[in-house]
Amino acid sequence: MSSLQMPKVDNAIMSKKDKIASDLRGIINSKNVLSNPDELRPFETDGLTAYRQMPLLVVMPETVEEVSQILKYCNENKVKVVPRGAGTGLSGGSMPLEDCVLMAMGKFNKIIEIDYENRCVVTQPCVTNLAITHAVQDKGFYYAPDPSSQIACSIGGNVAENSGGVHSLKYGATTNNLLGIQVVLMDGTVTKFGGKAMDAEGYDFLGLMTGSEGLLGVITEVTVKILKSPEVVKAALVGFPSIEDAGNCVAEIIAEGCIPAGMEIMDKALTKATNDYSKAGYPTDAEAMMIVEFDGTEHEVEAYIQKTKEIAEKNNSSSLKISKSNEERLKFWAGRKAAFPACGVLAPDYMCMDGSIPRGKLAEVLNEISRLSKKYNLPVANAFHAGDGNLHPLIMFDANDKESLRKCEEFGADILKYCVKVGGALTGEHGVGIEKRELMCEAFNDKDIQQQLTIKVALDPNSLLNPGKVYPILRKCAEEGRVHVHGGKTKFPDIPRF
Amino acid sequence: MSMEEKQNSQTSLDFNQNIFKPTSREEIVEIVKTCYRKNIPLEINGLKSKHKIGRNFQSEKTLDLSDYKGIIDYKPEELYIKVKAGTPLKEIIGELDKNNQQLAFEPNDFGYLFSGESNSGSIGGVVSCNFAGSRRFKVGSVRDHILGFQGINGKGETIKSGGTVVKNVTGYDLSKLVSGSFGTLTILTELSIKVLPKPETSKTLIIKNPHLKKALDFLGKALSSSTDPSGGVFYPDYFGKDFVLNDLTHDGGLTAIRIEGPTNSVDQRANRLSKELGLLDQELSILDSEQSNIFWSRTKNLEVFKSLKSNLLRIVLPMSETLQVIQKLKNFEIKYFIDWGGGLIWASFDQLNTKILSEIKDTVKKHQGYITLIKVEEDLKASADIFTIDPIKYKISEKIKRSFDPKRIFNPGKMYTGI
Repeated sequence: MSSLQMPKVDNAIMSKKDKIASDLRGIINSKNVLSNPDELRPFETDGLTAYRQMPLLVVMPETVEEVSQILKYCNENKVKVVPRGAGTGLSGGSMPLEDCVLMAMGKFNKIIEIDYENRCVVTQPCVTNLAITHAVQDKGFYYAPDPSSQIACSIGGNVAENSGGVHSLKYGATTNNLLGIQVVLMDGTVTKFGGKAMDAEGYDFLGLMTGSEGLLGVITEVTVKILKSPEVVKAALVGFPSIEDAGNCVAEIIAEGCIPAGMEIMDKALTKATNDYSKAGYPTDAEAMMIVEFDGTEHEVEAYIQKTKEIAEKNNSSSLKISKSNEERLKFWAGRKAAFPACGVLAPDYMCMDGSIPRGKLAEVLNEISRLSKKYNLPVANAFHAGDGNLHPLIMFDANDKESLRKCEEFGADILKYCVKVGGALTGEHGVGIEKRELMCEAFNDKDIQQQLTIKVALDPNSLLNPGKVYPILRKCAEEGRVHVHGGKTKFPDIPRF
Repeated sequence: MSMEEKQNSQTSLDFNQNIFKPTSREEIVEIVKTCYRKNIPLEINGLKSKHKIGRNFQSEKTLDLSDYKGIIDYKPEELYIKVKAGTPLKEIIGELDKNNQQLAFEPNDFGYLFSGESNSGSIGGVVSCNFAGSRRFKVGSVRDHILGFQGINGKGETIKSGGTVVKNVTGYDLSKLVSGSFGTLTILTELSIKVLPKPETSKTLIIKNPHLKKALDFLGKALSSSTDPSGGVFYPDYFGKDFVLNDLTHDGGLTAIRIEGPTNSVDQRANRLSKELGLLDQELSILDSEQSNIFWSRTKNLEVFKSLKSNLLRIVLPMSETLQVIQKLKNFEIKYFIDWGGGLIWASFDQLNTKILSEIKDTVKKHQGYITLIKVEEDLKASADIFTIDPIKYKISEKIKRSFDPKRIFNPGKMYTGI
């Protein structure tokens, strides 16, 4: 991996490590301040394992007051702070800096209140996304955003990254399912944005904080909406003889007024890899394979599935299967969910990209990726959240071969630039972090970035909270932007990624 | 020739006029740059349908964006429309109609309230005020549908955020921040907005019922059921007569719940909901699609408060608190109706003065809600806070304001003194 430039290390802070540790032990329970290299090691990276850096110290606060006091102390003493939830992020958002205090929020792991009357859950930030659904599912409710890592990722991290999931077209991402947060700013100020009411007064700080990747404040409490679980969920598994046909089918389904709960497309390379790996039973002759899922009441789902069937046939579908049971529906998804590990078998390493594109540009973008694949002589497989236009190309390479790695990095950057060129975005759900930082100038000009930095400075004048993330620090845009997996081993092998 | 005169002579802008009506972004940039340089406050207007909302403030010049209009790009299959900020909402809705699509957030039409007739304003105004209609609890607010924007900050720099795709986590989500900022942060120039297919059909269950407690109980149960309603309101007795429709002859208090979607699904869900709520035939009317649309359009337009002489307050609060708050507010002479399935109260008070207003504010605050004064008598407007804010958020708001508009030239004081 090419070297990553981070903000200049403050040697004065490095030399005061013992004093800072001792001061922090005066603020919180001393056992919650970690300073030995062995204790720090588990925190050296997040889900983007290509980059590693040991922090100066780790603090594990237990109360909001402690968070506030630590931040206040760090602000006064010009110590950098990197907040961290479950550490599953894929863009290096919580990667430590050499001279930082890493604030691990793991002890904020309790659900505070389940309020069915207002249909919301108030929780501490390090409760996992899925635990919220688990807490309310006996009453028939669930929390809608479902990032693939939902078994492990924290809700506070979801807020910081504005996490999505396969259902974002119909149900929105985190920002659309959030009612309120409690935040501690870098100067120690504790405040709440939003609450249990549907709107909040004044400027929408809740919206600003969501997706701000830990640069504006540390989240200490989260209030999310919960929804009644749909009565029926059904899926269709459709094969197409060309990407164009699949793309046209997607456009027509949406134009017809059907909003699927989820809509996924895999290209032939990925379908084949998945079939070989997990015996998914996907159609092998299809150039593109699509899973469309609808949820709602029985009649509603039936009506949409019927319409989908007609549209698929009109667009030359080569095969079409409709789930007859929940088990069969989950089987359709099982293959899709095994798609990433399946790529891990095909090559020593793969890099997972995360771009957003207009749905209608799918064929064009895949053709370009295919051209680039030939140019760089590296195989690629593509998964596409067609409902919301989120494309995940998986570039296969060998990290031990420097030339292969360099080509992969260039290939990845070229893909993301193309996504921006056709009207899409650099990142749909993984965040910018350190990974796509230098590519920001592809999407924004100096004025756009300067406006965002001015907001950062307004809330954190010394730029101490998670510095070196999101915004470019190099002079020119470097060629970066991907999730790197070596030998099929991710940092969290048990977490599904799709 | 001084430096300033030199700069002015390079532009075509006639700065002696008091109202600017630009038709291009370049003109807006020029106006703002000049105002920035000369420290001249600007009042920013679209179609003035909501310009009476907010504090009175001093401004030397007015920027009228009503000629900065037009649809830039509409991609029905990509579910977005990109428009210039001064585009009338009506024009956008008309265009979406052709493709059977809609803005799902049903923005309020304040024209009836302020002038007795429809004036739904410009899209820039709709976004700047962020007032969403009855689908709020299901589809979110205006801000949830803004995919991206282009604007001019207080230094005259063109900035953008977001884009046209729904999934985008590149940088801070400034689209949220500018929504509901009442033109105090940027001059919006372009907006990319998410559009959605219109539901195939809609039905509305009208439950004859004069009691708020029972109404909130119906609404709570409906919103927690898997029948997926998309609107829930309660009108007390005195408003019943405003809703005489073919299938609704009852003129007393009513609770209305809307179900939308494919026809057979709507029938099934409407039937099930009426069973789940244990409704008897004699207390229930069902409005078909056409009448249902009329009903919800009147609600969105606040037509029960048409040409209102006195005041109108918008109270947002957790649904669980609505009953208690209304009971306390009944100490005053009040006319109100409930929207958002219980989470929003539109209320008008017979006698409103600073003392009563402060009591109302305290009550609502205690119940975790907030109040916006939509319409108040001029003498009260001068002395009352239109928006409420706590000191910590005021401090943060001040910093954010400065980061966009360092010299406070955009609508200064429209939301809060000093912002």
